[in-house]
Amino acid sequence: MIREFGTSELWFVVSSARWTLALTLIALGLGGVLGFVIALARVSRLAPLRWLAAGWIGLVQGVPVLMLLFLSYYGLSLAGLDLPPLVAAGISLSFYASGFLGEIWRGCIQSVPWQQWEASAALALSRAQQYRYVVLPQAVRIAVPPTVGFIVQLVKNTSIVSIIGVVELARAGHLVNNATFQPMRVFCVVALVYFCICWPISLAARWLERRMHVGRAG
Amino acid sequence: MAFEFQFQPVLAQSEVLLDGLYLTLELAGTGIVLGGLLGTLLAVLRGVVPALRWPIGVYVEVVRNTPFLVQLFIVYLGLPEAGLRMSAEQAAVITMTLNLGAYATEIVRAGLESVHKSQIEAGLSLALTRWQVFRHVVLGPALARVWPSLSSQFVLMLLSSSVFSFISVQELSGAASNVEQDTFRSFETYIVITVLYLAMAMALRVVLAVLGRVMFAAPVRAR
Repeated sequence: MIREFGTSELWFVVSSARWTLALTLIALGLGGVLGFVIALARVSRLAPLRWLAAGWIGLVQGVPVLMLLFLSYYGLSLAGLDLPPLVAAGISLSFYASGFLGEIWRGCIQSVPWQQWEASAALALSRAQQYRYVVLPQAVRIAVPPTVGFIVQLVKNTSIVSIIGVVELARAGHLVNNATFQPMRVFCVVALVYFCICWPISLAARWLERRMHVGRAG
Repeated sequence: MAFEFQFQPVLAQSEVLLDGLYLTLELAGTGIVLGGLLGTLLAVLRGVVPALRWPIGVYVEVVRNTPFLVQLFIVYLGLPEAGLRMSAEQAAVITMTLNLGAYATEIVRAGLESVHKSQIEAGLSLALTRWQVFRHVVLGPALARVWPSLSSQFVLMLLSSSVFSFISVQELSGAASNVEQDTFRSFETYIVITVLYLAMAMALRVVLAVLGRVMFAAPVRAR
């Protein structure tokens, strides 16, 4: 039976955005923690740690998100973990986020002037204290605009996990389309919902970037 | 019971995988060239024709704030509803061109804006024609400056082409699901495919870097 694309279908699509948002938050949280560790490893004084982090970043940035998804999905199930699709999706998106955030934050840490390290070392701060009180507070400020910009990429890439059956926005669109067969209308609505999530974040990223440059000039 | 890796059944299907690899390169190559050209054209038009600034801006924002996958669905499933029928491969190339075009517009625009007005005035005062100034003083240096950003966008595009398997294009990811179904060695299949994507992405980076050196030789580096 072919249904019309009515209010209940519209509501189904719009409300499935909560899973898109949930996946984004999971990936941002887990990927953020992992990405932070990778950024620190990337600028570590231990060469093997630097190589490991660089390898991880190169792998994540050189491979489609779809492959990260399949590898974590099948890899984890082989490891004996029978994970529900939502968890597998969250984990693979976290890996994806960690590779990109790690690289973004490495750049931010390294853009803190070298003299700051020297000055804090001269004050006999330990490496941890240097990070905690001198370098990271400055790096975080630089990191905010590109991080917010990356969230847009993250929201958009959650659409890929629809292939393993997580009913987020893209999958909901697909399901409704199968029932109504009005692809143009359905997917334009889906695109519109994504746009309503992503555009404000894009604008915020741009605004933050402008504000930071103003601050620097003044 | 430990899991034993068995790559032989997967590697036995290398013909299928190579066909997929070839199709990925073909699709991504076409999309990168067309998308790059579209982006350059729109970035220039945007600067030359003020009336087009707004529509081009809307296009760029809409594309950059919606997922590639949904754009692909609109082109492949939605457009036929409006009477435009096409094969999955054609839909793939069209979507890639439109998607990359938007990102490239934004990148090239930044390059064009970085050319200082005095450069143009200097060019004109040297009796270069308007076209010569545009070609050698504005567009050339602008593209040279943003080539690294364009290159990373091209690599991202190559990787994004994996979602074409969603509309049953038999590129590398599509080939992968066939091999997976034939061999039942899912994990091994995706390890092999991942290595192939990684190799392609690295190769593309090298090719683009060399291409950049050749295309934007002396005039820019001399400064």
